[in-house]
Formats: sequence, structure tokens, C-alpha cells
Amino acid sequence: MPTTIYAAKKIHTMSHARPVATHVAVRDGRILGAGTLEELERWGAYTLDETFADKVLMPGFVEGHAHSSAGSTWDGTYLGWFDRTDPDGRVWDGLKSIDAIVERLKTAAEARPDEPLVIGWGLDPIYMDNVRVTREDLDRACADRPIVIMHASGHIMNMNSAALEKAGLLKPGMNHPGIPLGGDGLPMGELRSPEIMGPAGAKVGFDRGKAIEGSSEGLISYARLCVRAGVTTATDLARALTDESVEQALKVTGAKDYPLCLVPFRIMLGMSPEDLVTFTAGLKAKSTERCDLGRIKVVADGSIQGFTARLLWPGYQNGAPNGLWYIAPEQMAEIYERALEAGVLVHTHTNGNEATELAIETLEAALKKSPSRDHRFTLQHCQLATPAQFRRMARLGMCVNLFANHHFYWGDEHYRYTVGPERAERMNACRTALDSGVPMTIHSDAPVTPLGPLFTAWAAVTRITASGRVQGEGEKITVAEALEAITLGAAFTLGMDHLIGSIEAGKRADFAVLEDDPYEVAPEALKDVAVWGTVQGGRIFAAETI
Amino acid sequence: MPMTPTLPVTIIGGYLGAGKTTLVNHLLRTSGLRLAVMVNEFGALPIDRDLIEAEGDALISIAGGCVCCEYGDDLVGALMQVQQMTPPPDQVLLESSGVAIPGSILASLMFVDGMRGDGVVVMADAAGIRTTAANRYLADTILRQLADADILVLNKTDLVPEAELEAVTAWLREAVPGPRIIPCTQGQVPHEALLGSVPLPRRGHRVSGHAEGLFRSVVLQPEGAVDAVALARELAEGGHGLVRAKGYVRNAEGGLVLIQVVGERWAVEPISGPHETGVVCIGLKAGFDPAGLAGLGRIEAA
Repeated sequence: MPTTIYAAKKIHTMSHARPVATHVAVRDGRILGAGTLEELERWGAYTLDETFADKVLMPGFVEGHAHSSAGSTWDGTYLGWFDRTDPDGRVWDGLKSIDAIVERLKTAAEARPDEPLVIGWGLDPIYMDNVRVTREDLDRACADRPIVIMHASGHIMNMNSAALEKAGLLKPGMNHPGIPLGGDGLPMGELRSPEIMGPAGAKVGFDRGKAIEGSSEGLISYARLCVRAGVTTATDLARALTDESVEQALKVTGAKDYPLCLVPFRIMLGMSPEDLVTFTAGLKAKSTERCDLGRIKVVADGSIQGFTARLLWPGYQNGAPNGLWYIAPEQMAEIYERALEAGVLVHTHTNGNEATELAIETLEAALKKSPSRDHRFTLQHCQLATPAQFRRMARLGMCVNLFANHHFYWGDEHYRYTVGPERAERMNACRTALDSGVPMTIHSDAPVTPLGPLFTAWAAVTRITASGRVQGEGEKITVAEALEAITLGAAFTLGMDHLIGSIEAGKRADFAVLEDDPYEVAPEALKDVAVWGTVQGGRIFAAETI
Repeated sequence: MPMTPTLPVTIIGGYLGAGKTTLVNHLLRTSGLRLAVMVNEFGALPIDRDLIEAEGDALISIAGGCVCCEYGDDLVGALMQVQQMTPPPDQVLLESSGVAIPGSILASLMFVDGMRGDGVVVMADAAGIRTTAANRYLADTILRQLADADILVLNKTDLVPEAELEAVTAWLREAVPGPRIIPCTQGQVPHEALLGSVPLPRRGHRVSGHAEGLFRSVVLQPEGAVDAVALARELAEGGHGLVRAKGYVRNAEGGLVLIQVVGERWAVEPISGPHETGVVCIGLKAGFDPAGLAGLGRIEAA
């Protein structure tokens, strides 16, 4: 059994007994121990690897809420406001004007003249004073083929004239709130609600299914993004897993050089609660080192900026009607009860605090029927949870995964428009969660925001918004707490903290390899700590060559 | 311009336990129509076992030339597949999920050429609707569902005492003014009240006569050239107490026009023949007096 001992400038272990070390010994992809070289030599013959002699090692980062479509979304053209790195490591400049957007789309369209459809993504005109992108703007980029653009928020789609024509919408007399009209009485190019965007996109050939499910290539590019971000375990939250797509995921992740442990969750749709739990429980046995199966995702409500999240009184600041339920309470109850019975972990998307309230109440009732001391049921996003809800979650043994990145990207919007200053300041309340004793992690929801746990940690530590304000001073957490959240914290919510999340004897040899020490840089610089790459299951992956 | 008739799509909405599935099975058994049933209710199969002839991957074949299929994210794609069926179905029944707002599903139909929303039927459980509507999480969702109803089927009326039935009916009228309320048990609503009731010449199927029990139906024969839009609007909005009306009339150019009325929703479309003219009008006995239609044409027994 060959043993490798890695020397590093410093190793942060996340183990309270031995928080720092200089060396870590690895055998069979697992950690023999962390300590000094002298201590580790007792394991017998070894090879000393000094690749990381001037690097800082941390436990491999764990992304508890992202989607493998973060990889395949790069099949389209990035049009966002902020600079963003693609799976190849190329940094795409953020676009600051409509002309720049048109120019990049034009280049993309000309580069692939045989593609029947030009796809763009990540557009976010709120940073351009909410300028409206029109079909005429997009016609300047490409008039002979359809263009479809998804906004960063996921709640608005833009089309050019050719696309509107193909969708059958380019005619007068359209009367739907999701189809705003221009001065000429024809649709101006934005489409705004799911029941319009979905079908219109489908008619134009914009395959939402592919974007959600992720192709084999998408699973690979997702893993490459993860290496660049120091991530060694990442969720795919969630997929309409079938026997077929599970086989596909097992095949892709089974490749010798696949650099990630993928954790796909089964979405609640398409099966009765009974079948859902039976099917998902059955998947557990198929789990491998790099594909950890057998968890369910439930979606309770929509989004706050789309006004589809379910809010407790006083609701939306602009008086919009309350949002939508995506599951009936009885169905949620049946899934929870059966999952507790079968020992299947459920994570539930709740954005609004009324959805959070329903999930808490439903779990409390389910736990009375199926007592379970260590269920780790987790609320995902849970952005508007109240202090009382966090206290109750703690007493019920629930975990939370808060959307720290969202606070940076859209915190200003929530402050001004959706819920107002008070509730915006306590959104994604990391401090309250920890103080209440709720096991917590933080996430990117990539591709909604870029995958990057160090950025996510920075967002939770500084609570800076896109406009540069500190929003919610009282909900800041420390650097040490944020770094624990993106390692052990996320591992705990996945029920994988016995395997990953810290550098300790017996755990998987998963490391984030960093150029600087995130504990020593200024908190404001946390997001700028460069990632060299990862070690996953004892295999080295350099970002530069991935 | 003459064209083949558009395929009517009826949305069946309402909360869990209201009886949507029972109604769908009742319609499959009794309508004589070739129905395409589309479901999205967390995958539980809503078709009675004895009706199923064969289960394929995407499609379940049902007695009488009917089918059932699931729609997920891609409702439009599923609808377009239904449209490709040969022979084509007479009617699509789209059963929405228990928390869906049915009106928003109607919007999807604008993307499918050759299909048309034929009304929203919302079901309510007479014994449970007020409790559900008082639930802190569900109240607004239930009211939005009710408000979208062209026809409200008040099911399970046998499970509540008469006084309570009166109270729940009065409450429904207050909560959702406008829609027709049809009381029933076990989803036993005559199909003519909910779906089409005109002769279907290509299969030699004729209207079964009249809806029994609570309903009264007549055939209205307008005389001379008909302004179809004016007639449809009058039938829908003229306070005649109709639940449904459907049939063919001749316009001033001598062309055939199909008129459809569901609750207060109406539609007219030019259509190719041959079809016998006449508009079948159905209403609840309690609210529909055929004599009130006399000014619109000759009244014949259905």
C-alpha cells in the first residue's frame, strides 16, 4: 500500500483537536493522518510529495446547493454584468451596456453559423438602471436566426424578432401580463412568467430540459468549474433522476480522472410520494465514491424577486399578491413521513418565510409519527426565516443552507423593492442560525450565481451588496465560521460529515489547494484568495491543466 | 375561412381530494368522446384499472379510444404530441395539480396552433372546501382557483346535511360570483354539461339526448343569417342561466360558424361542414328557463 505524505506551507484541518498541521499522509485515497512529518513517518514507507510546499491546504470545499447545469450553461453565451470564469478558465468580462451585449451576441452568432439557435444567459439589466432590452436591440446582433436569452434571476427571458415569430407571438393583440408590448402593439421582446417562458422557449427549440438535466459533457464541465473553485464534493440539486440518467451519472463520474464527488438529489416531481421515496431509497445502494445517491429535494415555493415566494404577513412591499405553492401541504407531509421512515434525507427549497413555516410544521408533525433523532432535514435558501423560526428549527434538529451569494447580487433589490429594509437586512441570517444552534452552510446555487465557496464565505462575512453597502451588520459571521460552513457545515447537511469536510484520519483525501491563507488575509480579501486546484480522493487536479 | 375544428382543451382544477380523478374517470366511462387525459399530479395514475387497455412508456391506452399521458415541464410539447394522434381525440382533459392556478395553464394553449381553451372546470369538496379555504397556508390559493372557474363542480354533496350544503353554496356564490355551480356526488356530472354536446358526424355519434336530473337542455334554432359573436355573447352574458352551449349556425355569407359557451366564456370560429345547425343549450333546472331564449330563435327539444 503506497503512502504519500504531502508537505504544505500550512494545513487547516477543521479538526478542533489539531487545527493546523504541516503534513498530511494519504493511502488509498484516504487520510492516514495530519501532523508533522515525523509523526506521520510511523505509517511506514512513504513518498514525500512537495507539490504543495508553498500552498495552503484546507478540506476540499463542499457546495451544498448548486446544479450541474452550471457547466452546460456555458454552451450559451455569457451576457452578465460581472466578470465570470468559464470551465476552461477563461474570464469573460462583464458587459456594461446594451451595445456590448449586442456585440458579444453578434460574435457568437457569427462564430457558429450552423447553430439554429443563438442562446445567451446571465443578463441582468438591474445593474444598468433596469434598462429594457428589446427585440430590436437583439435583431442588431442576429436577425435571421432566433435568439433566446435567460436573465440571471431566471425570471425573465428575452427574444429577438425571429424567435418571437417562431414562437407565434409576433402579432398584435397579445394580451397577457407576461408578454409586455412595445409602442407598436407587438411584443417588445421580454417574456416574464414561467407559463409563457417555458412554452415559448420550447417552441423556439430552447431545450430547458437539457439545461436542467445536464448532458454528460455538462457533468464534466461542472466538475472542472468545481476544481477551479476548490470544490471536491458538489450537489446537483435537483434532477429528475431515472434509472437511465443515474446510469449516465455513474458512468461519467466513474471515469478515473473525474475530479468530483457528485451528490445528485431526486426532485419530487413525476412520481407519487410513495414511489419517490422507494425509488430514492433504492438508489443509495448504487452510490460510489464519486456519485453519492439517495436524497430527495422538495420545492415548496418560488422566488422572492419573482414574487412567487410564499411570505408571511406583511408580504411584499409593493403589495403584490402572495406567491405560489409548488407542492400541497399533504404531499409534503407524505414525503416527509415516508422519507423519515425509510431513512431518506430530504432537502426542501423554501424562499419565503411562510414556506419555511409550513416545512417546519410539517416536519414537526412527521417526527411525531416517525421519531428520528438524526434526520438532518435541511431548508435550502430559507432566505427570509425569522429568528423564531431558526429557534424552532434548532429544536427540531433541522439544518439550513443559506443563500449568501444572493445577498450580494440581489440584496439591494430586496432592500428597495421586494421586502424593504428591515427584512432585507436579516435575509440569509447566518449569525442568527449559528446562535440558535442550527447547523448551517452557505451556497451559490450555480449557475444562478457563480460557483465559488470562498466568494460565498466572503459574502456571509462582509454582507456587502453589489452597490457596496453593508446590509445587515448584525448577521455577519466570522471568517472561521464561514470557512467551517463551506466544509464541515455543508458535509453535515448532506449526512457526509463522517466522510468529508475535515482533514482527519479516516476521511477521504479531499483538499482545496490555495495560494494564500484565508485565515490570514483581510476578511475583505477572502474572495480573492487564489485556488491552485484540488486533491480529490487522493488524486491531484491543478486548475491550470484541468 | 373554413378550417378543421380546433381541439378543445378543458382544464380540471381544484384542491387535493376534491374529486378531480373521479370526475375524469366518470367522463371516460360515460361521454362517448375520444378523450385525451393529461395529468401532472405527482405521478399517481388517475385512471381506474379496469379502463386501462395498455400501458406504454409515454401513453396509457384506455377503453373507447381514449388515452392518458403525463406532462412535466413541457406542457406544450405534450399537447403537441396529443395533437399528432391518429385518429385525433375529440377533447383534451387537462388535470392540474392540487395547488396550481388553472387560469395560468390556459396561457400555455396560445402556443399550440389548433387547440383552444374550452373552459376551466374547478372541483370543490362540499364537505371540505370551507375548511381548506380557511387553512392559513391555502386560503388565497383556493380563492384564486375558485375565481378561475367557468364551471364549479360541487362534489360530495351527499356527505353534508342539507343546511350545510346550502351554506357552502351560498359561501361559494359570495366568494366567487359568476361561475355556474353544479352540485353532484361521486363526480357524476352529465358530460354534456362540462364538455361538448354537439353531434360528431365523423363518428356518427349523436348527443345522448339530455342531461338527466338537475339539468335541462334544449336546442336553439336561430332563424336566418346569424351574427355569431352577438349570439355567443348573449348566451354567455345575457343572464340566461346556461352552464354550457355549443353548436353551429350560418352567418350572413352562408358559412358555418361553431359557437361555444362555457359559463361566461365564449368563442366562435368558422368551420367546414357538413353540420346540422342548432345550438345545444344546457343549464341547471333551477336557474335555466328555456322560454327566456325565445327571442333568439326557435326552441326545440334536445
